[in-house]
Amino acid sequence: MPSLPDVMTPDAAQLAQAAGGEGRAPLETGSPEHDLFTGLTRLGDTTLILGHRVSEWCGLAPVLEEDIALANMALDLIGQTQLWLGLAGEVEGRGRDADALAFRRDGWEFHNLLLVERPNGDFGRTLMRQFLFDAYHLPLLKALEGSTNPRIAEIAAKAGKEVAYHVERSADLVIRLGDGTDESHARMQSSLDALWGYTGEAFIGDAVDARLGEAGVMPAPESLRSDWDRTVNAVLAEATLERPASDFAHKGGKQGRHSEHLGHLLTSMQWLQRSYPDATW
Amino acid sequence: MYAQMVKSEAANDDPALLAAFQARIDAGERIEPKDWMPDAYRKTLIRQIGQHAHSEIVGQLPEGNWITRAPTLERKAILLAKVQDEAGHGLYLYCAAETLGVTRDDLTEQLLSGRMKYSSIFNYPTLTWADIGAVGWLVDGAAIMNQVPLQRTSFGPYARAMVRICKEESFHQRQGYDLITKMAQGTAEQKAMAQDALNRFWYPSLMMFGPSDKDSVHSTQSMAWKIKINTNDELRQKFVDQTVPQAKYLGLTVPDENLKWNDDKDGWDFSEPDWNEFYDVLKGNGPCNTDRLSARQKAWSDGAWFRDGLMAHAKKAEARRVAAKVAAE
Repeated sequence: MPSLPDVMTPDAAQLAQAAGGEGRAPLETGSPEHDLFTGLTRLGDTTLILGHRVSEWCGLAPVLEEDIALANMALDLIGQTQLWLGLAGEVEGRGRDADALAFRRDGWEFHNLLLVERPNGDFGRTLMRQFLFDAYHLPLLKALEGSTNPRIAEIAAKAGKEVAYHVERSADLVIRLGDGTDESHARMQSSLDALWGYTGEAFIGDAVDARLGEAGVMPAPESLRSDWDRTVNAVLAEATLERPASDFAHKGGKQGRHSEHLGHLLTSMQWLQRSYPDATW
Repeated sequence: MYAQMVKSEAANDDPALLAAFQARIDAGERIEPKDWMPDAYRKTLIRQIGQHAHSEIVGQLPEGNWITRAPTLERKAILLAKVQDEAGHGLYLYCAAETLGVTRDDLTEQLLSGRMKYSSIFNYPTLTWADIGAVGWLVDGAAIMNQVPLQRTSFGPYARAMVRICKEESFHQRQGYDLITKMAQGTAEQKAMAQDALNRFWYPSLMMFGPSDKDSVHSTQSMAWKIKINTNDELRQKFVDQTVPQAKYLGLTVPDENLKWNDDKDGWDFSEPDWNEFYDVLKGNGPCNTDRLSARQKAWSDGAWFRDGLMAHAKKAEARRVAAKVAAE
């Protein structure tokens, strides 16, 4: 049952250390290395923050099977974080490994999507957030499998296998609960309405995205929209849920401008590393 | 984790059937769900397996307390995997109990109403990161001590569940020991946390084996039925003998001034835990009893709409399937 060997990044820490360069100057904004570093932290921060949110459910799910599924998903997401942030640290070349990036950066340096830092709410809210993300995550990883950067392509191929299962599960549960009781329907609809404004950010590119897209390193965010729309429309229809009409999108997470929620999450997540900076764990 | 203080039932069945049943057990045969068994055997096992399952479920809480604060990504992943294992253990233990004619929902209801217990160790708090190491090293270590012999227990589904559980628990124990080793060999503050964790978890871990044999009223019948294989004191001694050298290796001090090697018995002499505290915790007066039970009650009641929604959808889907079949005919 434990998928521990899969989530280890045995080489990430050593690679970052081997890269050395602790005194090296920060990457120059707009350079290909800086773009790549930014793109990788967008991926790794998003999986980290969502993995963290999901793990907040530990022991509190509505049924035992869901406790197992949530722990499993959080484990996948944290494993993917180790790979994305491990590579980001390597690219940066300043001696920071995945842990240094996860536990020693402040909120403005985090590049996750705003959607994943939304608080868990009830189980319906957590599930809807997961589905809206999974429906984007899978086509993203499929596109990354074709990256011109072979390391990115490898990580995406591994993560894609896990995420194919995530979207299958979250879509299935959204359908069942949308088309369940009046109460479950109402809860899923209100979750959808509340989260909808946070979905658009994933498909809005900036200059970094454009340069990464041109280089074939990462897909242009806009290119992922049609796959997402198709999955979301099909699942919502079967779930008898109404797709909100608004196309307003909250933005900023990818550029480090977050909601108030992120600071509290980081306070808890980074507490040990920050309180005992000389310790190894 | 495991079951403690399981009240065994007296058997009132036909003496000939009872004798034949006992003969099968004495011959080392496994009892399977469809075989005849004394009602008291069934009831005792439901209690024991149910309590064991509940312990796995409640045991997620003190560990979940630290998942969001785990200090590295790898430690977070290890803890998540461990908690996932424990929920999995709960699941197949409930399945093993179901083969005896009780439902998971019945057992859950008995846990939430306080009629069934879970292991008292989970009524102690996890206060520092070192506690997560101590839980793996000591609590899982004590549980394994109890569960390894249960792989030979007479009831087939329970014995088979235990094989898998033991493998995973011993993995958890090694991970816990690795964690606390890092703490014990770390900074002065980390070492202090490790020692404090040992101080707080030592006696509660000894209590996990249940009261002293001279006070253990439920053992005889359970041992005859091979639901219980070793006595409480045998297992406790084994645990102490195994754990003391591990603590020494870490440079930590077992909080017992009477701890002394005894050549005659080829084992350690040690102080008994405070049994008054044990019974207090059992009665609901441990540091976390209220919090643990209310967390489970809240999870269950908050999740009612989710379970109802899934059931309603299943009924609708079935009705649609039937309607489509009728239309096709």
